[in-house]
Amino acid sequence: MKALFGQLLLGLINGSFYALLSLGLSIIFGLLNVINFAHGALYMLGAFAAYVGLVQLGIGYWPALVLSPLVVGVLGLLIEVLLLRRLYGLDPLYGLLLTFGLTLVLEGAFQQLFGVSGNPYPMPAQLSGGADVRFMFLPWYRGWAVVVSLLVCFASWWVIERTRLGSYLRAGTENPRLLQAFGVNVPLMFTLTYAYGVALAAFAGVMAAPIYQVSPSMGSNLIMVVFAVVVIGGMGSIAGSIITGVGLGLVEGMTKYFYPEFASTVVFIIMAIVLLVRPAGLFGRER
Amino acid sequence: MKAAPWVERLGYAILVVAGLVAPFVVYPVFAMNVLCFALFASAFNLLLGYTGLLSFGHAAYLGAAGYVTGYACKAWGWPPLFGIALGTLVATALGYIIGSLAIRRSGIYFAMITMSFAQLIFFLAVQFPWTGGEDGLQGVPRGTLFGLVDLSRNLPLYYFVYAVFLFGFAVIHRTIHSPFGHVLRSIRENEARALSLGYDVARYKLLAFVLSAALSGLAGATKSLVFQLASLTDVHWHMSGQVVLMTLLGGMGTVLGPSVGALLVVALQNELASLGSWVPVITGAIFVVCVLAFRRGIVGEVQALVKRSF
Repeated sequence: MKALFGQLLLGLINGSFYALLSLGLSIIFGLLNVINFAHGALYMLGAFAAYVGLVQLGIGYWPALVLSPLVVGVLGLLIEVLLLRRLYGLDPLYGLLLTFGLTLVLEGAFQQLFGVSGNPYPMPAQLSGGADVRFMFLPWYRGWAVVVSLLVCFASWWVIERTRLGSYLRAGTENPRLLQAFGVNVPLMFTLTYAYGVALAAFAGVMAAPIYQVSPSMGSNLIMVVFAVVVIGGMGSIAGSIITGVGLGLVEGMTKYFYPEFASTVVFIIMAIVLLVRPAGLFGRER
Repeated sequence: MKAAPWVERLGYAILVVAGLVAPFVVYPVFAMNVLCFALFASAFNLLLGYTGLLSFGHAAYLGAAGYVTGYACKAWGWPPLFGIALGTLVATALGYIIGSLAIRRSGIYFAMITMSFAQLIFFLAVQFPWTGGEDGLQGVPRGTLFGLVDLSRNLPLYYFVYAVFLFGFAVIHRTIHSPFGHVLRSIRENEARALSLGYDVARYKLLAFVLSAALSGLAGATKSLVFQLASLTDVHWHMSGQVVLMTLLGGMGTVLGPSVGALLVVALQNELASLGSWVPVITGAIFVVCVLAFRRGIVGEVQALVKRSF
């Protein structure tokens, strides 16, 4: 029983990372029409920024939680302005190919610098240990990771769906030209949206660092699953991608307990079923 | 973007002659590697260049066929031709299953779906007991062709691989220039119009997908005999990206482009092999440059140049 709840909690954590990443992918795709393959690499970069900050500069977990997404966000700014911007108006496949190339560059460079093996990142002292709840042992950090990730997801949803700024974003997704005609600085919005989506990925990376080891391939392993999550959920709605992400994380956790041999493949099998039954995705609309 | 026919013919002539003398000029195993990748990239180009579908999971067909052929030849002692046939058949079946699911979505989703399914195949290759996990299938016997020609020597094997390549290339060439190929191009240019003209677009896409998967499988099956190895490298997503790069660099939607791209990328990796992890960095940088500044690829640029000058 304890093992099951332990797996469910881990599934919930993974699920909230899926949610953070697929949320970022969705808003970037919605506005920029770019599938950001580099999302996984930037998640890895977020974790490494925290790791390097700790080892080289003595910056701890708490500042890293803010600084690392900021650094990666600035990098995202540069990527959008220097590279992605040149591809608007072309087939969206070129955006995918460009970010794929970036992924190879980033991953290869980090492999060269830090080796292929994982580097452990210490748990913040305030959150080490845990509580023995009646049916399971709850490590504080894991509980924290779930709660904070979901809060950030919810805050993003609230900003996009309920505020004026978010209404610009949604309008831009529908018709960027018309929005620009109304006097909104759409190119700036593109840049900031990309930076924000990427910063979310880096944030997930920092959250993941104490749970998983920090390694150059941590991003590409995750991004494949997140792509499947995006196909299953469809990119139509923000809330949809959050729900799908968390749900699939839980399903994965359960599979790990009941049928461990299917744990790494279950998401892809679900994707096949969804494609058969509801090709547009659970929350999607065809565009 | 169609070049004058004599340019194309000249290109083929050079290709055929170069293929015949290649093993005397360069190391035969290198030449065979180039041929396998040239076939793989050409098969991929059928989908990306002529149908406008970006599959980001073509490693699945290359790798799966390699494993099946390797296993059939090693564990069951099958002769090479039968082994290759079985590997190709499995890749074809896989292409049918994944293709019929993937064509339910288009554009960017299509790429993500094919990529995800390729990752599924990768995980299966890691987990199945018969694939040898991290070690892969090693020591696959090359066998003898028709019980007569000993393929364990490099030179006879080279000409066998060359024959396989020419066969695959001829199939692709024939497909592109058939009425079927023209329908594929019309789907690439304007899917809605092709549909409204009464073509069953989904069936054409699926057929192109299956054909492309089958020929990729043929390339993978042959490759596993050449290197006597089927390993996780061939099903990894890096491989799926690599074939996109070859096609893009050489020129997508051109007949010879993918082969040129394959030659360049394989040669580059051979030269840089000692640099370790810098190889993907350099590959990735070429990718970025190609996408930003060089989208027609080498053969595409040459064709445009020839068209302008004559």
